[in-house]
Amino acid sequence: MKDGFAARKRKEKIFKYACLALTFSSVLILVVLLYHIGQTGNKYLSLKFLTSWPSRFPHKAGIKAGIWGTIWLISLTAAISIPLGVLSALFLEEYKIPGKIGKIVEINVANLAGVPSIVYGLLGLTVFVRYFGLDRSLLSGALTLSLLILPVIIVSSREAIKAVPDAIRFGAYALGASRYQVVFWHVLPIALPGILTGVILALSRAIGETAPLIIVGALTYISYTPESVMDEFTVLPLQIYNWASRPQEEFHYLAAGGIIVLLTVMLSMNFIAVVIRQKTSKKVKI
Amino acid sequence: MRKGVKQIEYTVRGALGLCALLTLVTTIGIIFVLSSETIPFFREVPITDFLFGTKWAPLLEPKSFGVLPLVTGTTLIMVGSAIIALPVGITTAVYLSEYSSEKMRSIIKPVLEVLAGIPTIVYGYFALTFITPILKILIPRTEIFNAASGAIVVGIMVLPMVASLCDDAFQSVPKALKEGGYALGATSFEVIGQVIVPYSASRILAAFILALSRAIGETMAVTLAAGANARFSFDPLQSVQTMTAYIVQVSMGDTPQGGIEYQTCFAVGSLLFLITLAMNVAGQTILFRYRRGK
Repeated sequence: MKDGFAARKRKEKIFKYACLALTFSSVLILVVLLYHIGQTGNKYLSLKFLTSWPSRFPHKAGIKAGIWGTIWLISLTAAISIPLGVLSALFLEEYKIPGKIGKIVEINVANLAGVPSIVYGLLGLTVFVRYFGLDRSLLSGALTLSLLILPVIIVSSREAIKAVPDAIRFGAYALGASRYQVVFWHVLPIALPGILTGVILALSRAIGETAPLIIVGALTYISYTPESVMDEFTVLPLQIYNWASRPQEEFHYLAAGGIIVLLTVMLSMNFIAVVIRQKTSKKVKI
Repeated sequence: MRKGVKQIEYTVRGALGLCALLTLVTTIGIIFVLSSETIPFFREVPITDFLFGTKWAPLLEPKSFGVLPLVTGTTLIMVGSAIIALPVGITTAVYLSEYSSEKMRSIIKPVLEVLAGIPTIVYGYFALTFITPILKILIPRTEIFNAASGAIVVGIMVLPMVASLCDDAFQSVPKALKEGGYALGATSFEVIGQVIVPYSASRILAAFILALSRAIGETMAVTLAAGANARFSFDPLQSVQTMTAYIVQVSMGDTPQGGIEYQTCFAVGSLLFLITLAMNVAGQTILFRYRRGK
């Protein structure tokens, strides 16, 4: 009997340490990944790297076109997807559509979030590039990315709106506010920080997207900065892909340099989102 | 005054409703776009040749349109990533929900979030320049582009998703059940194995399905790491081509619109869409049923 207990205790201990080890393997992976990229990427990382055009010669190449393309693309994507996403979420949460259609819309959003990004690329290629005749422009890319991140924005905004206490709504109604007044003057302002967190995370995902942009025809070699939404463009991840897919090692160092810039932007966006979340998570409680 | 408010009310409701409808339009658009190119494709190529053919060479003469090599390539990536993501993901969730202190949790959770947020192109670079060289040292016959290193990074990518969905599942196990187990003298290991995991089995299954569907749709990491060699084989050390990587390959070249090569993209895209859709619907249905049951 006692031996059985000791064996069970031992099993427990082994299991616990195995769990701990496997859990920490993800920390280890992250550290190794960042270290590897930092080590290979610092060779070309300099001010010149940020302000040069792409080139056949590794020591002359830079990511200026990629950076400006990404800035244009993400600003456009934000301008299109944020209003659409937040308004959809307000509708779904505050004006709840009754019955079957409401459920269909809900299931549909969940499924759209799981559609592979490359399929959105095919959609963008056919609809925006060809059918609307927008060609390989920034606008085509931004519209495609907007459709891609819309479900993400809708889901996270709905969570934020759901978290607004009902007392706020009832209070406003009691004072004679109409529904849109309740929604836009009372619910939205309180949900805003939560919405913002979700939006920033969605946009930081959009910054790293590559596949759909390849499909809608973003270019890899460009030596000018875009001046209008109808210009052709490249983005940072595409530049990285181009360099990483070459056989010469020098270009891999360039790719790593680009990755450092990309990750810095993304991680700082994630950090801002987390700070907003933590600052506001305690505030509104009734 | 009252009338004005009413009018605004209707306008606002209509405008918001239109926005919400956009998601439905997107879905219809995807289905319409995919089928508008896939149907003409199947007029040229019999659907059975496409689904059961074992040679994929749409860009070379003689052309051949058997999609199975792309399917095996994708399957290799999916199975390989599952071997990594499922055990590590579930044990991470076990550790987070049963063993870890609040402080540990506040370290592990952000790390997982960062891992989930790193762009797939970065994982592709990591696979190509770090994991493949290591594999080559361990097993010299490894090719420069190989399914194994692609699968490993895709596994790392979907791991946070498995961990967080399983964590949610474990958190929702009723306390009375767990404490009942402990009261009977069970160790944590026994409570986990005999109470917590069986109780959340269906949600764990949902997590696995959703994560694997993500792995199937993964594009850039496998394009960079696994290569562009559509081969009907299950050898993880050779280069393979996934469905997603094929679409990228065609898009990087200048394939004229309307040709059969152009249509193959959409045929492969349709197959990809149907597979992932079926898996997502299955996963969501399990989660939905559970939520309603609660």
